[in-house]
Amino acid sequence: MAPSSNRRPGSSRRAQYSTFLAYVIAFAGVIAGVAVLLFSTSNAVAFASLRSGATDAVAPAATAAAASRSESQSVWSALKGYFTYGVRVARNEQELAEARVRLAEAAALKNENARLKALLDLRESEPKPIAMARLIGSTSTSTRRYALLGAGSHQGVAVGMPVRSPLGLVGRVLETGDRTARVLLITDTESLVPVRRARDGVPAFAAGRGDGTLQLRLINLGTNPLRVGDAFVTSGSGGLYWPNTAVAVVTRLTRDGAFARALSDPGTTEFVEVQPLWEEGTAAQQLTAPPAAGAK
Amino acid sequence: MPVPIPEHLKDLPRPRINRAPSPVLAMSLPWVLVMLGSLSPTWPIVSSAPVMPPLGFLFLLGWLHLRPGLFPVWAGLPLGFFDDLFSGQPMGSAILLWSLATIGMDYVETRFPWRGFVQNWLVASAVIAGYLLVAAWFAGVHRQPDLLLAMLPQIALSILTYPIATQLVGLVDRLRLIPVREV
Repeated sequence: MAPSSNRRPGSSRRAQYSTFLAYVIAFAGVIAGVAVLLFSTSNAVAFASLRSGATDAVAPAATAAAASRSESQSVWSALKGYFTYGVRVARNEQELAEARVRLAEAAALKNENARLKALLDLRESEPKPIAMARLIGSTSTSTRRYALLGAGSHQGVAVGMPVRSPLGLVGRVLETGDRTARVLLITDTESLVPVRRARDGVPAFAAGRGDGTLQLRLINLGTNPLRVGDAFVTSGSGGLYWPNTAVAVVTRLTRDGAFARALSDPGTTEFVEVQPLWEEGTAAQQLTAPPAAGAK
Repeated sequence: MPVPIPEHLKDLPRPRINRAPSPVLAMSLPWVLVMLGSLSPTWPIVSSAPVMPPLGFLFLLGWLHLRPGLFPVWAGLPLGFFDDLFSGQPMGSAILLWSLATIGMDYVETRFPWRGFVQNWLVASAVIAGYLLVAAWFAGVHRQPDLLLAMLPQIALSILTYPIATQLVGLVDRLRLIPVREV
């Protein structure tokens, strides 16, 4: 490509000054970037209001776009979906027929459960959701894993509330705007969820690895009791996440723990549920206390 | 003997002479395109790993290559700030990196004025890979070294997306110079 001719300002003093000033501002931008970066890495909530204001401003368009996302819509599966549509419809219809039968059975079981619980005079331990909303986007270019939620402080969403999908834990609310909120996904590298093995309550921490998987760190060191395929649920320790929410399944063992796949893929979830904060010492907690007392 | 005007050109919907591009459109469309690219985190793609190319940054590089001098050399400051609002990176990461990229591309432009598509793509590939890695470092990837491996598809995808992004930039460049204003 030919060199552009407008680079030399010529003998005009004014043009020379404005070229010089442009470079001064450009380098000031570099210095400002360093300063803001240092400030924001040491102070995570520093620009929260700016960010949530900006996402609020574009939320209507984003929500409309998210409404058209009906099933699994990550980049590749969206492309793949066009080719496998017919097969999937046939399979889904068969599954639907089977699921109707199961649903009828489950309804019967639910009735029986309610009757037995009434007999025992137990209280329900599932929280009432604060809000149901769509995940309207995620930071898919950055290595941090945040998602945007289509509900904010107007709907009663507050910082710290756990977010779950029907399949399992999604994350927790990090910043709230008026109509949007930023959710820290459990797969983010800064996320740490206290979990226990669903079967017998072996306590562990599930730390995000940033690529859709989790690392399970056992709290009691020693021989590694985990097996591939073990399911982990939240333990409720720390008072943030409600206990017994499904989190992950072990896929590969390591020396001191395991790698696990997060059960709720936020890309395939249409609606998520914002739950109230789980607090220590409630009656519900004593009902669902883990069998093996452990995680602090 | 003068050539008669062809029939199909006689009843064009708008006259073709005495027209100039609208200065508002010509100046604003490049900024709007880069900012639309920065809005890609609000697109309905929820992914569990970094996969999407940084579209705003690709568009900025495309403009810097196609029209050197169209963006002022300080353009990285405001555009980077806008990108930081949505990208999920720590605030300031794009301000710094986009400013550095604009200054660096300005240097490449003066140092190597005669370039072809391949050279442009090579420069862009190096800048994109460097940008993604340093941005990941700002976001704390050094505490999770395995994540570097998970970033390789994103880097490859971004480098392959760059020619497509420049095509789009070229299309918008033609749009912004459509003569719509009567002079």
